[in-house]
Amino acid sequence: MSVLVSQATRVVVQGITGREGAFHAARCKEYGTTVVGGVTPGKGGTTHEGFPVWNTVTEAVEAEAADCALIFVPSFAAADAIMESATAGVPLVVCITEGIPVADMVRVKHYLAEKPTRLVGPNCPGVITPGAAKVGIMPGHIHTPGPVGVVSRSGTLTYEVVGQLTSRGIGQSSCVGIGGDPVNGTSFVDVLSLFADDPATEAIMLIGEIGGTAEEDAAAFIQSRVKKPVVAFVCGQTAPPGRRMGHAGAIIAGGKGTAAEKMAALAKAGATLVRSPADMGATVAKVLGK
Amino acid sequence: MKVHEYQAKALLRELGVPVPNGEVASSPADAKVVAARIGGKVVVKAQVHAGGRGKAGGIKPADGATEAEAAARQILGMRLRTPQTPPEGLEVRSVLVEEASAIERELYVSITLDRARSAHVVMASQAGGMDIEEVAARTPEKILREWAHPALGLADFQARRLAFGLGLAGDQFKQGVGLLKSLFALYLAKDCSLAEINPLVVTGDGRVLALDAKLTFDDNALSRHAELVALRDVREEDPLDVEASKYGLNYIKLDGTVGCMVNGAGLAMATMDIIKLAGGEPANFLDVGGGASPEQIENAFRILSSDPSVKAVFINVFGGILRVDRLAEGVIAAVTKLGLKLPIVLRAEGTNVELGKRMLAESGLALVMADDMGDGARKVVALAKGAK
Repeated sequence: MSVLVSQATRVVVQGITGREGAFHAARCKEYGTTVVGGVTPGKGGTTHEGFPVWNTVTEAVEAEAADCALIFVPSFAAADAIMESATAGVPLVVCITEGIPVADMVRVKHYLAEKPTRLVGPNCPGVITPGAAKVGIMPGHIHTPGPVGVVSRSGTLTYEVVGQLTSRGIGQSSCVGIGGDPVNGTSFVDVLSLFADDPATEAIMLIGEIGGTAEEDAAAFIQSRVKKPVVAFVCGQTAPPGRRMGHAGAIIAGGKGTAAEKMAALAKAGATLVRSPADMGATVAKVLGK
Repeated sequence: MKVHEYQAKALLRELGVPVPNGEVASSPADAKVVAARIGGKVVVKAQVHAGGRGKAGGIKPADGATEAEAAARQILGMRLRTPQTPPEGLEVRSVLVEEASAIERELYVSITLDRARSAHVVMASQAGGMDIEEVAARTPEKILREWAHPALGLADFQARRLAFGLGLAGDQFKQGVGLLKSLFALYLAKDCSLAEINPLVVTGDGRVLALDAKLTFDDNALSRHAELVALRDVREEDPLDVEASKYGLNYIKLDGTVGCMVNGAGLAMATMDIIKLAGGEPANFLDVGGGASPEQIENAFRILSSDPSVKAVFINVFGGILRVDRLAEGVIAAVTKLGLKLPIVLRAEGTNVELGKRMLAESGLALVMADDMGDGARKVVALAKGAK
């Protein structure tokens, strides 16, 4: 068991003829993911590095029953790519693209509200179920199957915690990057809910960052719904107010969205807080009794 | 991206939001000419990318052209220090000379993203001219909110509700509704992240005007707004931030002594945090991204080490995509070219990590290897302190 992606997942890569799209489609396939092909408008009917290419996502769904889209389309066209997959009936869309204008995502969010499609991202590393499927840009080899569900707003910090866990012999059930943008698809609460119901997940590692109220929402959900142990780290404890720290969503605005507030909310909800990013793996080991 | 008040007001005027009659001037003589053209009482306002100008002496009333010239002479060239500027202040290079308005009422209007709702929110308050964050904290009931429909925008009835809430009536009510609709249209058309009018005023002769205007734009949308990019005034930004942005690097200068070079925004923030926990202070935030070229790494290293307070550098990279050999190539090139003697602590995991570590070890740099993040932070903080 796992969440979101498994060996049965059939991935179509939007923007497969681009440098990033082609590179990561191959890495996902190497990992064992079923990558059925890709979409680049105008290049339908060709093949690119061994992958069939279609003009539209609908064609990919009809030809290969694709049920997951992985998006590498450039930022100015990525919002449209998300809506195309949703309209084609793809149930899971994972958008890696960084730098999508906020107003575009506001429209996408509204568009998706009436559809059953789940969006993960944008501006995220994607989703991996170790040993089964990798739908994203994370380095596959650092992961190992096991009991810890990881959910994070940050890509490389997720690799950091996975590295710490794997080196201690602790595997992961699934790792979900929800992305660093102020308007995104799947939230902490959505993923916590999936992990709470996933029999393979015994503990949850949550990595938050400054800006917005996603961690506070997560805390409320943990308190009311999550019986499994949750370990949490919030980065940006030393970030200056009013500056965007790399991620579009990582900003302390009007004194709100600080790491301290988020850590307090998570601690109050019963999560085990980690102060130092070097101690994430050790803390998870402790709550698992390992 | 921020712009000056005079640039924001030009955009407002262009898109149908009424603003006072005025013009920008960059010398006292120009200010005199503008004031003479406007006639009567004017206000001379310092143009810098920060609020709080009035209290800092950056806004002066003047009666006639000669007084306006004198006011401009006082303001131009001064370093304006407000709670929103860097501690050393911002140099005033231009002033906005504007007709003085007889103010009857001061109101507040702004539009921004409501992250929790993933929607644009229009806020209005009768408590204009004050720090709105304070109003929100102390008397939240004094702030009215309308969330625009993501596809349909701000509906007429919503604009009316806000205008009634602002206590506008008669002709001013009509002006207010029109202003709110125009401001929302501008916010969307220009991909603003904030459009704030504080204060919005009702004048003695019954006009509703944007007396001040602050527009900031979504950096991610600038690729579709060449007209906005042309308004960027890099002199208002930290020179090192500007230099970094040329190379697609995310760099933010801070006050400490430990320079950081990291891949990924989250890990870069976490690296700052762990330096602090180890008893040090980070000198910067720097995210070089996942696909940095040796040239980008070289420039990144040059930028972060050009800060004279940096005593030691922590390179912390973790990624399957970032190639450690390319990172090493860039670091060696920068250090060799600049003749730097700064101690460097390296913690790296990723593709070609062994090759990269060997390249660095054999380069003769003052390099210390770290086993993990915690080890690296302790070592770099000790080096930074020892260097003092």
